[in-house]
Amino acid sequence: MRVELDEPKCVAAGQCVMVAPDLFDQRDDDGVAVVLNSSPAPDQEDEAREAAAVCPAAAIRLVQA
Amino acid sequence: MPGGGDPAGAGVNRIVVVGASAAGLAAVETLRREGFTGTLTLVGDEPLLPYDRPPLSKQILSGDWEPERVALRSSADIGALGLDLRLGVAATGLDQARRVVTLADGTEVPYDGLVVATGVRPRSLSGGSSLRTLDEALDLRKRLTPARELVVVGAGFLGAECAAVARALGCRVTLLEPAPVPLAHAVGEPIGRMLSDVHRDNGVDLRTGVAVSEVVDGGVLLADGTLVAGDEVVVAIGSHPNTEWLAGSGLTVDDGVVCDEFCAAAPGVYAAGDVARWHNPLFGVSMRIEHRTNAAEQAMAAARNLLHPEAAKPFAPVPYFWSDQYDLKIHAYGYLRGHDTVEVVEGDLQQRRFLAAYYKDGRLVGALAVGMPPKAIRPWRKAIIEAGTPAGLGAPAGLGAPAGPGTPAGPGIPAGPGIPGGPGDVARIGTPPGAAVRQRGFESESAAVVQSEADAGQAGPDGVTGAAAESEAAGVQRGGVA
Repeated sequence: MRVELDEPKCVAAGQCVMVAPDLFDQRDDDGVAVVLNSSPAPDQEDEAREAAAVCPAAAIRLVQA
Repeated sequence: MPGGGDPAGAGVNRIVVVGASAAGLAAVETLRREGFTGTLTLVGDEPLLPYDRPPLSKQILSGDWEPERVALRSSADIGALGLDLRLGVAATGLDQARRVVTLADGTEVPYDGLVVATGVRPRSLSGGSSLRTLDEALDLRKRLTPARELVVVGAGFLGAECAAVARALGCRVTLLEPAPVPLAHAVGEPIGRMLSDVHRDNGVDLRTGVAVSEVVDGGVLLADGTLVAGDEVVVAIGSHPNTEWLAGSGLTVDDGVVCDEFCAAAPGVYAAGDVARWHNPLFGVSMRIEHRTNAAEQAMAAARNLLHPEAAKPFAPVPYFWSDQYDLKIHAYGYLRGHDTVEVVEGDLQQRRFLAAYYKDGRLVGALAVGMPPKAIRPWRKAIIEAGTPAGLGAPAGLGAPAGPGTPAGPGIPAGPGIPGGPGDVARIGTPPGAAVRQRGFESESAAVVQSEADAGQAGPDGVTGAAAESEAAGVQRGGVA
């Protein structure tokens, strides 16, 4: 699985960081999401799916490898 | 509730989700992720695939985005869900005894499990445009040409965002608000006043305390007979839950579909998003939230509880919304609507860079930031949770544990060890409760005002847009135009 972030869509809600702190962070200044790990391990894929699901801007897309 | 503990619960072979916006989409995606392989029907009254509403009053209205940008998923992603998709047809009835949903084209769709996610629609006046659908936003965008005179009725989040975009497009804007201070019931009077100043600084003719009578040719007629002239009129005075189709169904409707803390409205029937009124045990109150984030979170919770009633979890979120107005970014956590006290704990209202904390009966219930790094606000979310008394949280499923009134924690709640601030964390803003001695804040004169319904949402703040932004945070207005 690959995690893609459509950065201009991000609204800095930080929902992804709350459900998947190993995969996402927020920039300090404007809060826009940062992908920490774009290739989650198998046991992190559920977290990635949860993050994509809760993103209020539909800015996270998961691509099956 | 449907019995059984298997994913898909025993006997649950057909699930119908009514409403194909953010909540409906999150419901069907969650059901599939949780292993439901039966027939899954998604019903939506608009002909489009699920799209996002918060951008309607922002990037769509401004022209920054082409309409394709608001699609919530690609058609391939939707296709992969294997849905029985019924778009462009509204649900018109629910028969719980026979377990069927009736659609506007006369067809009946049987279900074993049902999720109601029909959202809200704008309250209307005699005329003017509303801003809830993509078509409405695109139509309005075409007409907002430079020097055009726009009258916006309602200075809630949606109306404010619309006014801000119209000013950026070069329109002349008059913003009419029935309350003395816009958004006072939602964010408190000091912040409402600051937002008023921002409108005026940006050249908006903001008129508060005005009673709007009707939209007429050439503008808006006020109750005192004054005509406020305009080429275009946008009406953003809150919204109604779409519950008429449930008349006679046996579901309880009271400004939304009434649910318990598990988002269950009846056995096998759940509700989520703008249309759902449920008991939030974290705050101990019944609420209906028109925020974009709530639409997805609540739909996910409802879907899981529908599939796993024996392991049902109370839905006890900290609501969150954002709003973009001019160059201001507003973020807020919590249930601000019920607050009795608001105080600025960091920064300065005048500089439009601050964090405000909201209290009810001495308990921290919310925090709102303007011009602050969003990441640094997160500790406040945690503090709001810690200030709550989530009776029933984590309790074994489904028993309908009374959510309890929530014991006011009182000032001086220990902030707890969990507040971030350690190495590597951005400087935290303010001091979430506990440590700091609470100074006396502004008493919100308006807190008592309006507590009637829900947020007003339409599109709008995100979140509010609520739902859409309007969903969100939207909301806003309730007070309403007379």
